[in-house]
Amino acid sequence: MLEKAIYGGRRYWVWIFFLLGLISVGFLAYLYQFKNGLGVTGMSRDVSWGLYIGQFTFLVGVAASGVMVVLPYYLHDYKKFGRLTILGEFLAIAAVIMCMLFIFVDLGQPLRVLNVILHPTPNSVMFYDMLVLSGYLFLNLLIGWTVLGAERKEVAPPKWVKPLIILSICWAPSIHTVTAFLYAGIPGRHFWLTAILAARFLASAFAGGPALLIILALIVRKYTKFDPGKEAIQSLGKIVTYCMLINVFFLGLELFTAFYSQIPGHMHSFVYLYAGLHGHNQLVPIMWVSSILAVIAIGLLVFPQIRKNESLLAVACLATFFSLWIDKGFGLVIGGFVPNPFERITEYWPTLPEALITLAVWAIGFLVLTILYKIAISIKEEVVFDKYGEKQIKAE
Amino acid sequence: MSINRRKFLKMAGISTILGIGGVSAVQGVKNHVEASQVSRNPAALTAKRWAMVVDMSKFKSEEDYQKCINACHLAHNVPHITDNPKHEVKWMWTETYEHAFPGNEDQYRAERFQEMPFLMLCNHCENPPCVRVCPTQATFKRKSDGIVMMDMHRCIGCRFCMAGCPYGARSFNYKNPRPYINESKENREFPTRMKGVVEKCTLCYERLAKGLQPACVEASNGALIFGDLEDPNSAVRKVLSERFTIRRKPELGTGPSVYYII
Repeated sequence: MLEKAIYGGRRYWVWIFFLLGLISVGFLAYLYQFKNGLGVTGMSRDVSWGLYIGQFTFLVGVAASGVMVVLPYYLHDYKKFGRLTILGEFLAIAAVIMCMLFIFVDLGQPLRVLNVILHPTPNSVMFYDMLVLSGYLFLNLLIGWTVLGAERKEVAPPKWVKPLIILSICWAPSIHTVTAFLYAGIPGRHFWLTAILAARFLASAFAGGPALLIILALIVRKYTKFDPGKEAIQSLGKIVTYCMLINVFFLGLELFTAFYSQIPGHMHSFVYLYAGLHGHNQLVPIMWVSSILAVIAIGLLVFPQIRKNESLLAVACLATFFSLWIDKGFGLVIGGFVPNPFERITEYWPTLPEALITLAVWAIGFLVLTILYKIAISIKEEVVFDKYGEKQIKAE
Repeated sequence: MSINRRKFLKMAGISTILGIGGVSAVQGVKNHVEASQVSRNPAALTAKRWAMVVDMSKFKSEEDYQKCINACHLAHNVPHITDNPKHEVKWMWTETYEHAFPGNEDQYRAERFQEMPFLMLCNHCENPPCVRVCPTQATFKRKSDGIVMMDMHRCIGCRFCMAGCPYGARSFNYKNPRPYINESKENREFPTRMKGVVEKCTLCYERLAKGLQPACVEASNGALIFGDLEDPNSAVRKVLSERFTIRRKPELGTGPSVYYII
């Protein structure tokens, strides 16, 4: 099926080469980091994780969110999601690959990465994270490829896939739960030491991931002959709405516990992020951008009349995605390190090489996503025309 | 003797199984043997659980602290990075009371206590979170004496231990540390590090093995008391039974082994 990826129009190749360009620039930046060490980033003794680990955390959520289309389709027989499942699964593959790359570029001694397998350590959450992420990648590749291959031959998918699909549905929340446990089990970091962290992670993931999927589905419909379905997109919109509300509710719970109990350690990180602490306020503007975007997103999403307008839905989804991207891909990690264990403040801001490497990893993710979507859509365009009962929009 | 194909395959199969079994048996034994010298130096200092008491009353001047810090940093080739405080590497340093014991601040406490610099180092916890989170066992608690050790050759530089340590005791080599070591003062008996690995105080395990006290203890003129926490007759236990001492963040359940007498 891979051959589908090497036939494409001008626009396709321009996009591919644009991504390859970003990847090359980022690769050079990585060589610079590889040679000089992680000192070329903005990280420090006090803020020892930064943009890379933040992006990793955010993208595990995107990967897990694939389950939001797979579950209704396979467990509740919600046929409308039939065309979206492959897009969800392939998005998960691209996201997991980005996660692994973000961990890799964050390592001080990347050539020793296999020590994690050579010296397996079951008491480390990182060990389980490696297991669940690679397992999830494998499951999605196998399921996506097999189901799509069957569809191409216009036969029913083999029976053995079904148990694997059920397994992947159970597996999806586990990857994000384990990722939350990386943070939530650490003594002495008040901002992360909260039992609700995994729940918060899942809520934000199930809002942000489907929001991205809606945007991707709209792009797919605009530029190809394949329509993921108007109703499917609306149903996803509902999922984004509820999960975004739950996410904001969970954040509210954190704020209540911190500010009603008035325990300084519990308040400090929030104060630093949203108001600045002892004159240090570098992150305040972006945290407020995140909050305002969240308000805009919810304002647009909660009213069905607005949500039904696809352009406004797209705006709401973009707002949701970027709000959560700032909140989880940045604020969550940095907030945990400020103030440091001595209640001193060291601020963090990514450097240019760090930003270029981050951009390159995203570009690799989008390259994988583009290729996988190209394959899936070429097949869908050929064989699943009008298969799901909803009239396929005919191009030209 | 002639063998047919069937016999050959049988023998090959059995020897493969034995081979694999043998290797895993050796591996199993290996996992139970601690990294150590071929035979222990009879003069080596040993304990069930090493601990340290910092007697603040004996630190009179800035110089007294600096003597301990210098002894430690010179003995272990700790790079002296001054051009960027974000990349600082330190095994031993000082903090004031409010920063060393956050949550115990009191604005009405006597000024001399507010400004008194407390000597900070790895607490060699009884239940170390850094060891719990390390994905490669590059940091581990030595079973024989409770020292929280660091294998800088195994460390992959993920910095999970730095997030895990509630005492800020760990430093990461954000750049090649070697240019920041004064070559004329370099200790040729202790390895220097490369970029990308985490390091911290290892309670001078290399000196203990030779029968020497930790470098900081030796340089402290009796201000640092070192001994076995599980030996009721040790110097440390004697002080602990007589004087009022505090530890950093004991509420986290880490069981720090460094005590402070104010």
